[in-house]
Amino acid sequence: MTNTEEGVFFLTGKDFTNAGAASSSLKGILERRGVPPDIIRRMAIAAFEAELNVIIYAVAGMMKYRVTDTEIFVTVQDMGQGIPDIELAMTEGYSTATDHIREMGFGSGMGLPNIKKSTDNLAINSVMGEGTTLEFFIRIRSGGTEQA
Amino acid sequence: MNLQEIVNGLSLEVKTPSLSIDRDVTGGYVSDLLSDVMGNAAEGSVWVTLQIHLNIVAVASLKGLSGIILVNNRIPDTDTLKRAVEEDIPIMTSPLSTFELVGRLYALGLRCR
Ligand SMILES: Nc1ncnc2c1ncn2[C@@H]1O[C@H](COP(=O)(O)OP(=O)(O)OP(=O)(O)O)[C@@H](O)[C@H]1O
Ligand SMILES: [Mg+2]
Repeated sequence: MTNTEEGVFFLTGKDFTNAGAASSSLKGILERRGVPPDIIRRMAIAAFEAELNVIIYAVAGMMKYRVTDTEIFVTVQDMGQGIPDIELAMTEGYSTATDHIREMGFGSGMGLPNIKKSTDNLAINSVMGEGTTLEFFIRIRSGGTEQA
Repeated sequence: MNLQEIVNGLSLEVKTPSLSIDRDVTGGYVSDLLSDVMGNAAEGSVWVTLQIHLNIVAVASLKGLSGIILVNNRIPDTDTLKRAVEEDIPIMTSPLSTFELVGRLYALGLRCR
């Protein structure tokens, strides 16, 4: 009945050459499935911000996705330093980006707030010295009946 | 508005000559912060920035932007141009400052949607 599709993309810290590639692949998958454009736009924002945070702040990580007819679930998990204060990290404008990272146009402290704004739910778990996991999903409104 | 009209009207230098600039521009956005563009630029907009790193192409492509205009004669990295061609994102440059350039885009009738 539901046509579910899932997969995973691997992410490497400091690999700015491929930054955005996972999000771009996910966007392509959603386009091919005929997901409505406004949903794809929101998912592209969330996926890109999560992907870039792994590349900027972590050693390595992965982006797992599961798309059904009604929802898109994404988990972005990394091995890295972790986030000491998640509430603070979620504050618009808060950033620990170095000058080098800021010179590339990152570090406005808008990434996590962007993810929160563009998704229907965001959960963050972080263990200092081990890594961070983001889980978020977006409902596909025109995709049929919504699960409660 | 057509990108060709903008290139002609503002005497922009096209850095990706292999890409067609016969394409629709539906608005404009200005920012040097990638997350700002990611969160707030509308699809089809032309993006004015001084950022020249490869990552601008990823942002423009994910957002479906119609092109990137670099101000102050900023020279894009060669990687950036190579990726721009692969992703079909035209890159143009201008000696004008952001203020002057955007003023002229506005005078041509372009708006931020
Ligand atoms: N995966 C992560 N691992 C460790 N720290 C992180 C991670 N993601 C975010 N952070 C921390 O949270 C802060 C805020 O992240 P956020 O994405 O909102 O902004 P930013 O990355 O600093 O800037 P922007 O996303 O606007 O370019 C970061 O500066 C960093 O300190
Ligand atoms: Mg970020």
